[in-house]
Amino acid sequence: MNLSIICYFIGYVLRIEGVLMLLPAIVGAAYGEKQCYAFFAVAALTFLIGFALTFKRDKNQAFYAKEGFVAVALSWIALSLFGCLPFIFSGDIPRFADAFFETVSGFTTTGSSILSDVEALSQCSLLWRSFSHWIGGMGVLVFLLMILPTAGGSAMHLLKAESPGPQVGKTVPKLRESARILYIIYTVMTVVEIVILLCGGMPLFDAVTLSFGTAGTGGFAIKSTGLAEYSAFSQYVIAAFMILFGVNFNVYYLILIRKVKQAAKSEEVWWYFSAIALAVLTITLNTRQLFVNMEESFRSALFHVGSIITTTGYATYDFNNFPQLSKTILLGLMFMGACAGSTGGGIKVSRIIILLKSARDELARIVHPRAVRRVRLDGKPIEAETFRSVHAYMMAYIALFVVSMLLISVDDFDMTTNFSAVTAAINNIGPGFNVVGPMGSFGGFSDVSKYVFCFDMLAGRLELFPMLVLINPGTWRRALRRGRK
Amino acid sequence: MKIIIVGGGKTGATIAATLCDEGHDVTVIEPNPVHLHQICDSSDVLGILGNGLDNKALAEAGVEAADVLIAVTGSDEENLLCCLFAGKNPACATIARVRNPMYLKENNFIKDRIGLSMIINPEYAAATEIARLLRFPSAIEINTFAKGRLEQLTFKIPQGSVLDGKNLNYVRTRIESNLLFCSIERGGEFYIPAGNFELRAGDKASIVISSRGAQKFFKKIGIDTHRVPGAMIVGGGTLTYYVAQMLIDSNIAVKIIESNHERCNELAEKLPEALVINGDASDKSLLLEEGVADTGAFVALTGFDEENVLLSLYAKEMSDAKIVTKINRIAFDSVLAKLDLDSVIYPRNITAEYILQFVRAKQNAVGNNVETLYKLVEDKVEALEFKINENAPIIGIPLKDMRLKDNLLICGISRGKKIIIPGGNDVIQAGDTVIVVTSHKKLDDVEDILR
Repeated sequence: MNLSIICYFIGYVLRIEGVLMLLPAIVGAAYGEKQCYAFFAVAALTFLIGFALTFKRDKNQAFYAKEGFVAVALSWIALSLFGCLPFIFSGDIPRFADAFFETVSGFTTTGSSILSDVEALSQCSLLWRSFSHWIGGMGVLVFLLMILPTAGGSAMHLLKAESPGPQVGKTVPKLRESARILYIIYTVMTVVEIVILLCGGMPLFDAVTLSFGTAGTGGFAIKSTGLAEYSAFSQYVIAAFMILFGVNFNVYYLILIRKVKQAAKSEEVWWYFSAIALAVLTITLNTRQLFVNMEESFRSALFHVGSIITTTGYATYDFNNFPQLSKTILLGLMFMGACAGSTGGGIKVSRIIILLKSARDELARIVHPRAVRRVRLDGKPIEAETFRSVHAYMMAYIALFVVSMLLISVDDFDMTTNFSAVTAAINNIGPGFNVVGPMGSFGGFSDVSKYVFCFDMLAGRLELFPMLVLINPGTWRRALRRGRK
Repeated sequence: MKIIIVGGGKTGATIAATLCDEGHDVTVIEPNPVHLHQICDSSDVLGILGNGLDNKALAEAGVEAADVLIAVTGSDEENLLCCLFAGKNPACATIARVRNPMYLKENNFIKDRIGLSMIINPEYAAATEIARLLRFPSAIEINTFAKGRLEQLTFKIPQGSVLDGKNLNYVRTRIESNLLFCSIERGGEFYIPAGNFELRAGDKASIVISSRGAQKFFKKIGIDTHRVPGAMIVGGGTLTYYVAQMLIDSNIAVKIIESNHERCNELAEKLPEALVINGDASDKSLLLEEGVADTGAFVALTGFDEENVLLSLYAKEMSDAKIVTKINRIAFDSVLAKLDLDSVIYPRNITAEYILQFVRAKQNAVGNNVETLYKLVEDKVEALEFKINENAPIIGIPLKDMRLKDNLLICGISRGKKIIIPGGNDVIQAGDTVIVVTSHKKLDDVEDILR
């Protein structure tokens, strides 16, 4: 294990975080809040520690998949540790366990909160919460790859470990160029959303924070009532953008380079939009009685389906009050998640497609035992390797889910709360049902449970394996043995 | 530039890595997922799983916007066909690897009809190098410039040589003025030497000298320059066939040891002048029986690198023959360097050199083009030949007044039929070709030699 290169990457990530932290600090200063000093101080501290870690670049540049996974996992933990300091020092969220939970929830674009009254926070803390969604949405290491003069193809391991989806690929030959394209699309779409929201009469601060939350598919709101107070126009815009940010970004790239035909062939995007359409239709009809007219019922259905399937977690209405059918549909969508290669979480539509197709293939095999078939996705045969990794992912997912359920059940909440809380954490959604519903919070859980959720959120965002590699003893055995010598 | 490589074998991977280091956008098409993943993990390239003949794969790799397509799959025919398809985009230059000796005579015809920019035959190129070394066995490596009129020779300074302890100024004033030392390798380090650099026995010195002058110079410093009387070649592949043919053409007796009986028959049929022995070369008694102890040269060209290395070491121990070893696959350069093998030939790198030369020249289509490119000293140094046209900024300036980059030497000028080993007062004219040795990479125009 090449620890020095891992330190180097973590150092670089901290340097970036230090710079990014200046945004809330400056905004805080502009609002004349005293909390901004905490942000300035932590930004300086983070940058200096990052600088110290990157000061000496070791000669040994060799790094492999293992180092890539560990570097990504540790970077995210470091990012969250330093990211939570301003909340503590500014006194907005004084307890460490709470501040850490809130920050992890921010960077992993979960949007679960331990706060019961967000409006009590300072503007700079509110902005930092939402900004962390934006940073975590596309990934800091992807950002790093864009600015770092990387060594050869091994940097691909970083992208693989951080980007969501079963098949991570580049869009163009150069890794740095691929990362740049992703960030350009991401930034432009965010800016467009801010502008449209402003046109709809939303205040600047709200437009910016909500757009950050939408772009990263995060879900931190800045009002206790969620998004219920905003105009119908704003709600439609945010719903539309949530759904757009849940689409595989490669599709946007294909459209940009005018390969619309190839983009339209993406099976995953078809499934994704079909699932949305079907869910919206059913929920609109099912919740008809709760709203004054059809339009409101449709708006609420569209908003919540978009919010849940993309794992954003914004809410305009307490969906705890939905009829059982609608709630069950939402729970299903929580697991499904958004497209691979988007900023959303969950199991990912493409994995679901692959799993369903392999089940269908198994059925066909029973009917024609000797038939030779290749399962295809987007017209291309799926490699055996991909099947293996999807199945392994599913198994790890279930195992992590069960263990987490067990650990948090110590707190003795009801089954629905526990189940939906773990679902919300692992799939990076935000709200669950009952106690952790859209108008509730995770504040009632014990500290141990909060750390379990933190692990789940990080594991969910990084597609499980980077975090699991971290707790796998084999990863460290050789490094430890060398340390003992 | 956008470059597509079809075929991700060892050669494909080497080319991909080299071109990537030069900053090109490289896409590799390869049907074997294992090979493809390996390339994508080690170089910053885009991998496309598929067959290079498949229209879909080519389209996905972006052939309609590509600048160069290089076909290096295992099959000659596939390579040619792939280049033919890529020719649908007339802006895309195509390079095919064609190895079968059957096609050798038709190379120009094929090139014209299919519209190829270049055909690479690594075995033929390697054979040319080997034959050159056997004709001039005192050199470890010989590269030629200016259509063969100028040579860059690497040789090891033997113990007790007159050169031991002398500096370069002494060599140029007292022994031979018409040569230039362009790089010295000593104990794993390399130097681009100045006039006061002192030579020592054991150094690997690289000089630029006219082809005719080389013989004279070596005679003066007391190194035998007679070409080998006969050569023993182990292994009977395509490379052996080419080498044997070339040696026979220059009247060097050839003995080939090959274990496959059928292949022996084939060789015996194609090369009536050669002595073909059917037997296993790793059999010590066979080697002794066939006279490994007193052969003039021993050339190890089997398909197994390890066997080649071992056989070469054995031959070195048994005789004072000129030893040439082919290494195709293994990449433990540092270990090989310590083994004190005589001359080592890497066919894979030869292919990469040719392609690099072509790509750099294409990148700079209007300027002063790279004509030839060699990589020396484990890729640390490059020797390049540039063609000078009328508007090059270095015309008419005496070399001593030029502000050249550090670690860069102008080693030779070829003007018409004349070869100039340049001194400070020499001037470069339009129409010359200039040979530059440097540790800087990515030079693609002669302007780049200036600071």
